[in-house]
Formats: sequence, C-alpha cells, structure tokens
Amino acid sequence: MPEVKFTQNLERHLSAPAIEVAGATVREALDQVFERNSQLRSYVLDDQGRLRKHVVVFIDGELVEDRIRLSDPVEPGSELFVMQALSGG
Amino acid sequence: MGQRLYVATRKGLFGLDPTEQGDWRIARTAFLGDPVTMVLPDERDGTLYAALNLGHFGVKLHRSEDRGASWEECGAPGFPTQQENQRIDATPTAHSVHQIWSLEAGGGDEPNLLWAGTIPGALFRSTDRGTSWSLIETLWNRPERKKWFGGGYDDPGIHSVVVDPRDSKRVLVGISCGGVWVSADGGESWTVQTSGMHAAYMPPERREDPDIQDPHRLVACPAAPDVLWVQHHNGVFRSTDGARNWSEITGIKPSNFGFAVAVHPADPETAWFVPAVKDEHRVPEGGKVVAARTRDGGKSFDVLRQGLPQEHAYDLVFRHALDVDPSGEILAMGSTTGNLWVSENAGDGWRAVSHHLPPIYQVRFASS
Repeated sequence: MPEVKFTQNLERHLSAPAIEVAGATVREALDQVFERNSQLRSYVLDDQGRLRKHVVVFIDGELVEDRIRLSDPVEPGSELFVMQALSGG
Repeated sequence: MGQRLYVATRKGLFGLDPTEQGDWRIARTAFLGDPVTMVLPDERDGTLYAALNLGHFGVKLHRSEDRGASWEECGAPGFPTQQENQRIDATPTAHSVHQIWSLEAGGGDEPNLLWAGTIPGALFRSTDRGTSWSLIETLWNRPERKKWFGGGYDDPGIHSVVVDPRDSKRVLVGISCGGVWVSADGGESWTVQTSGMHAAYMPPERREDPDIQDPHRLVACPAAPDVLWVQHHNGVFRSTDGARNWSEITGIKPSNFGFAVAVHPADPETAWFVPAVKDEHRVPEGGKVVAARTRDGGKSFDVLRQGLPQEHAYDLVFRHALDVDPSGEILAMGSTTGNLWVSENAGDGWRAVSHHLPPIYQVRFASS
C-alpha cells in the first residue's frame, strides 16, 4: 500500500503522522488520509479540493503534475511526500 | 479581569494589560511566528477569536475561552465546492479564502452569531461560534461583484462589517474595491450605497460608480449608528443617514489619504484618522507620524503629534490598526514598522508601548 508522509513543519499546527493507505491516485490516497484525520484536509487542499498554492506533493521523488484533480497515478509501493513549497510563506 | 489591548501582527498575537504605573505591558503571546490577520474579543460571552493566515497551509480560525491562555482550532470560512462548469471567475484561486479580513460579533440578541469578511470579497456567517460557516450567497452572487477589484491585494476583500446595535438584521460591509453594501434583513438582500463618493483612480465616466469605490475602512458610531465614517482611497466621507448619502470631508490635515478611522463610541462628531502620502507612497507626510482628530463632524481637525516620531519615520498604520476604547479616551495605534502607541487623553499625547513588535495588522480593545 502507498505510504503518505507529511512535512515536519505541519507538526507545529497539528498531528500528521505517516500513514499507509489504499488508492490508485493522489486524490484517492489523500482522501483516505483525510477520512482518518479530517482537520488535515484544509492544511493541504484549498476550498475547491486543489493542492494549496504553496504545498507540493512528490510521488517517489517526482513532483505531481495535476495539482487540480490530483489524478497522478500511485503504485502500491509508492511513497508520497506532502511538503511545503519554498515559494510563499 | 479588566481591560486588555489585543495586537494582531505578522508574527503572532499579543495581549497587553494596563499596569498600575499607567503603562501597558505584554501579558500574553500566542501563535508566535504565524500571521494573525484578525482578532475578535466577543464581549457577549468572553470568547476570544484569532484568524491566522498560515503561509503554506491556509486560513485558520482559533478560539479561546480563557482570554488567550489556551486555544482550540474551530472551523474557518470556506467556499462551497463548485462544479468546473460553474466556475465564473477567471483566476484559479478566486473561490478559495485567502484571508480573513474582518471578524465581528452579531447583535446582542444573536448569541453565537459571527460575521467574517474575506479576501476574495465574500461574507460568511457562523451561528455556532465559528464551528461552521456559511457563505452569504446573496452578496457573492450579485452580478456587480464582477466589477469589484483588488486594492492592495490581488483580489477584492471585505474589511469592514458593521452590525447595527439597534437592529441586528441591519448589516453594512465595506469592500476594497466594491463599495459599501447594506442589508436590512440579516443578509438576505443587499443594496450598494455610496452616493456622494468618488474615485479618482477611474476614468471620468466611472468615478461615481458605486461598485468600484474603495472605502479603506467603514465604522459606525455605536451610540448613533446612522453616523458612519469612511476613510476612502480618495478622501474621508461621512454619512448621517445610515449610508444613504455621503459627504466628503475636505479639511483633514496633513492629507486626506490613509487607511484607518476610529469613531468615538458616544460622540458621532468625534473621529480619528492617520493620514499618509497617497497612493503608492504610503508613508507619513514628511516622515512625521501624526493622527488627525475632528470633534465637530469633520468641519475642523487637530493634528496630533505629541509623543509620536517627527523625523524620518516611515510607519504606515493599516486599516484595522487604530482603535478607541469604550470610554472614548484611550486610543491605540500600531504600525507596519512594529511601533505600538497608546494615548490616554483622546490623542492629545501618545506613548510608545513598544518599538519592536512585528508589523501590526490590527489593534483592538477588549473590556473583559
């Protein structure tokens, strides 16, 4: 199952431990995370469910391309990393 | 318990208490390092609210039951999810809240009701002390909204919400840049009321267009709520008939440009401003920080400078960074340079409480 990890910077605001989830896309994987940790959603996604402007997600070291629908595919052994972008802040 | 002054800054929230020596000291800090765009001490039940704008992680709202000693995150205003074919805005970020720019309590007969104005220019209401929020679609869906534009920020925003103390259903909002909107029915319907305002930043034929006016700040006198004061991008305007008509106030010195205005809680003729060099400069005239006060409804002004820096000072006072306490005698003023001044004689003299705070977004007195 894919594993989703979060930047340590989130820990200033709320708990966001690494978690293994099912899912074939970034959207499906993140939705599973938010089912268990609903408060985390608004820290990663905006009102319309898009990645926040200054948040980035890597899949196995590669930046996701679809920041709106989050349709990039995720493999069963993938590692997703949710980071803050160096822009913004 | 007693009076407290809250200061919301680029790097946290500060609560100051008066000392027996007649000074003010920082008694509480919260959210150090995080931008606090708005603070609301709700006098109805003592709850303290703080709106954050986390650089990466979005807009958050926290509330405290113990005057800021401990906090819990509650809900933040957010737009309903839209279908892609419903998106009417060209900018990809238009339907996401960027910033809480105003936060006000509902009337005394509306416990738990809060109003929030945001960037982009939307109004939200909570009926459960901020746990959940609803977009006021009657304002958001007005066709005139497409004419609004940003002033200082990329998108238009609601920075002022006034609830009439005589009638909680009467709500006024100030929008930069989108005029003054008035509801008589708790937000079910709206009219724009800027008759008498004008905008020099528009072509001549559009200068009186109500939907592009830039009221930087809108306040009402609590004891006489039909008297409203606006510091506008192009001057100072006053209404004595509940926003139906506005008159320009021309005698303010040293300039008619600024962001903040505070009105005396009991005397609608008395108001304070912080003039600056207009438009893109946004620094004090001549490097001298002053406040301007009228006590006769804008016919004449005193320029107040005692205790304020009068040489090479480049402090700007943002629109929410001037406040007057319920007595009408104590004023606080905070600047982009992190200076915080308090006056205890209605502005005649000022004392620096700190020179070293982060850039100040808002100052707000609380009586409990």
